[in-house]
Amino acid sequence: MIGLEHYLIVSALLFSLGMMGVILRRNLIVIYMGLELMLNAANLALVAFSRFNNSMDGQVMVFFVITVAAAEVAVGLALIVALYRKRQSTEVEDLTSLKL
Amino acid sequence: MTGASTLAWMTLLLPLASAAVITLGTLKNHRLSANLSIGAILGAFVCSLLLFLSASSGESNLTWIAIGDFNATIGVKLDRLSALMLLVVTGVGTLIHWYSQGYMEGDRSYARYFASLSLFSFSMLGIVLATNLMQMFIFWELVGVSSYLLIGFWHERPAAADACKKAFITNRLGDFGFLIGIIMVWAAAGSLNFGLLAKAMQEQPELLGASAGIIGLLLFCGAMGKSAQFPLHVWLPDAMEGPTPVSALIHAATMVAAGVFMLCRIFFLLSPDALSIIAWIGGGTALMAAVIALQQDDIKRILAYSTLSQLGYMVMAVGLHAPGAAMFHLTTHAFFKAMLFLGAGSVIHALHHEQNIWKMGGLKEKMPLTYRTFLYGTLALCGVPPLSGFFSKDGILAAAADSHHGNPVLFGIGILAAVLTTLYMGRLVLVAFHGAHRSEQASHAKESPSVMTVPLWILLVPTLVAGFFPVEHMINQTLGLHHASGHAAAPLAMAFSVLALMIGGSVAWSYYAGAGTDPLTQRFSGLSTLLCNRLWLDEIFSGMIAITHEAVSKLAGWMDQKILRGAIMGLLQHGVDILGRGLRLVQSGSIQTYAFLFVVGVALVIYIVLGGKH
Amino acid sequence: MEALLFYIFAALTLICALLVVANPFTRNPVTSAMFLVCTIISMAGLFVLLHAFFLAAVQVMVYAGAVIVLFLFVIMLLDIPSVEQRSFNLLGVGMGGLGLLAVGGMVIQTMLRSGIGQGKTPQLEGATKELGVTLFTEYVLAFEIMGVLLLVGMMGVILLSKKDLK
Repeated sequence: MIGLEHYLIVSALLFSLGMMGVILRRNLIVIYMGLELMLNAANLALVAFSRFNNSMDGQVMVFFVITVAAAEVAVGLALIVALYRKRQSTEVEDLTSLKL
Repeated sequence: MTGASTLAWMTLLLPLASAAVITLGTLKNHRLSANLSIGAILGAFVCSLLLFLSASSGESNLTWIAIGDFNATIGVKLDRLSALMLLVVTGVGTLIHWYSQGYMEGDRSYARYFASLSLFSFSMLGIVLATNLMQMFIFWELVGVSSYLLIGFWHERPAAADACKKAFITNRLGDFGFLIGIIMVWAAAGSLNFGLLAKAMQEQPELLGASAGIIGLLLFCGAMGKSAQFPLHVWLPDAMEGPTPVSALIHAATMVAAGVFMLCRIFFLLSPDALSIIAWIGGGTALMAAVIALQQDDIKRILAYSTLSQLGYMVMAVGLHAPGAAMFHLTTHAFFKAMLFLGAGSVIHALHHEQNIWKMGGLKEKMPLTYRTFLYGTLALCGVPPLSGFFSKDGILAAAADSHHGNPVLFGIGILAAVLTTLYMGRLVLVAFHGAHRSEQASHAKESPSVMTVPLWILLVPTLVAGFFPVEHMINQTLGLHHASGHAAAPLAMAFSVLALMIGGSVAWSYYAGAGTDPLTQRFSGLSTLLCNRLWLDEIFSGMIAITHEAVSKLAGWMDQKILRGAIMGLLQHGVDILGRGLRLVQSGSIQTYAFLFVVGVALVIYIVLGGKH
Repeated sequence: MEALLFYIFAALTLICALLVVANPFTRNPVTSAMFLVCTIISMAGLFVLLHAFFLAAVQVMVYAGAVIVLFLFVIMLLDIPSVEQRSFNLLGVGMGGLGLLAVGGMVIQTMLRSGIGQGKTPQLEGATKELGVTLFTEYVLAFEIMGVLLLVGMMGVILLSKKDLK
């Protein structure tokens, strides 16, 4: 029988994959895709919980997460475009101005 | 008992008092210092005489340190063995003190000399009167110190400074083994007192267990150092750098005899295996020293090697289960060897410190008194009957020839050494006293003052008559050996020793009577060089020390470089480097690094808070 | 039957996700985007298995249909010269794998130890009607704010994309 743990394991692995993408890739776009993966993992976990805890709240939250993710992608990509215009590069190594 | 023990304590403490007073008070006043020192030893001699004549025995102990089970006591032990030794030490000591007045006249550190002599007397008497091994060891070391002070008396001379260092260090090596032996005895038996140990050994012969042989040999190490057995004999010839009375007292009569005395004291602790090794070492030393003495040219060196040889005889006797014979020879040897040394001192004094026998000659006419006593001493040493040396040497040879404990090879070595003894002593007398004057100084020699010749006459008496005292029997009884070895073989030994005497004497006469230079050197030049250089043992030893020193220092240097510098400092150096590089990542400016660290932190928090509890 | 489907969709999700972030053959972001689409669609399958039908549809429409298209537009817009193929960096891959295992393992272990899934049976029937009812009654404030958020997002994008700000 497929229980809650199965879905949660899938969610955890997906989250780790997304995180690895964020940390190890150098292309900004791909980093962003990793972020999306992480959000999706969270969505999966929420839906699984909602189903197994017999509560509609989980699905409502996923609805909101998807909305926010969409908005965030739009803004983020706009930022990337602006950055590209400034620095002519989308490699994350060139974005090191946050050094103290 | 109290009367006797008071006398014994006085014997011990008078010289100490004298040393203390001289050092603290009268260093400037030469006359007074000398008188104090001589008075102290004379007093000790009187007490010893009374003790010997009263034949008292017993012991008196003072507790010095008491820690739990461990009690260190200082005391005085009186029995025939210690009474005899007391007489020898104080008797010869008094004569030497007297003699030194004349010999050291005019020396700048006159008072220091007498203070050191008194300190030495105190230490030596401490060994003789010791009741237990710990006290003996403490005084053993004190004797070493006194010997150091006396050998290096003329410390401005580099040769003397080196010699006293060598003596002390060589002694120390022996003492190291001695100390380990003492500790092992204490571990096995629980007590260090001689009386208690003897009783324990009687009741329980296997008290020392399996390591009895090792213990015996370790204790013998002390005797090896003090009594200059091979290989620790190298200090004795060099010790002749000290003043001649010192050589007479310390290195002829008393200190070197301490080793033999100690062996007799602990005789019951020595297992048959240890004893046989001791006998061989003694025999080997006797022969080796006699051979080396054949080609020495310094009068004191010849006498020093002669002492070595006779000590070898004594140790061999102990090893052949005949401690009585050893003590007998010790007693007679003390007298005639002291006389020989004092005679040599008289000669040296008369020739203004010339010591090479080939620069002497014809002193028979110039110094008749010295010559006569020296001649009698030589005859005693060679074992001419009926002088004392004959009886004591015969006792040892008889023990070697004995059927139970004897050893025919050692008997042969003893006889051979006797031949050589006669040979080199004959050489000495013939070259130094007979013949023509070989140098300027020899022709101007005159007899020494009476303060120096009187002790020679006094020592002549026991040299002549001591052979007739039943010393051997007395000692054997004290030590509980009722079946002493050697009686059956005595006539055989006597015959052989007289034969040896005649052979050696005739060879000496044929070679050296009237000789201008040494014929043996010319005939056996290679062998002669070997002997003249004392078998190059000193060079071998110093080479060994140098090599060991180098090896150890190389090892230490390697450790310092590679291990300490390389590993530990490298660890610190690289460790800090890696740590720094790791920490640098925190501020790298790379967002990904920040993200990574962030996630790691969150994961850890999750794990610790939620996961670790169950 | 359900179990088989779950395993198929789960495997697909994970493999496509892996290929999004760590494609051994090419570093092209377009390839990553394509695999992201596959991941999204597999996840929609998982949603269906969880009886969340509306959300599955929304997932495909919004994510695969809009978000990834936006990604592709931007990739094309930026015209990034394709990065040359780097040699197989064992250290990088090793570290990556290790990190994946570490974090994933930690989370999974925590979750398993806490016994969350004990004795739970799937009950909820995610009918669209009920979702709509909950959304418009209990969460109506959040819903309205979402609208405002989307408006703000739009305005921000327009502002950021202008070439020069007057």
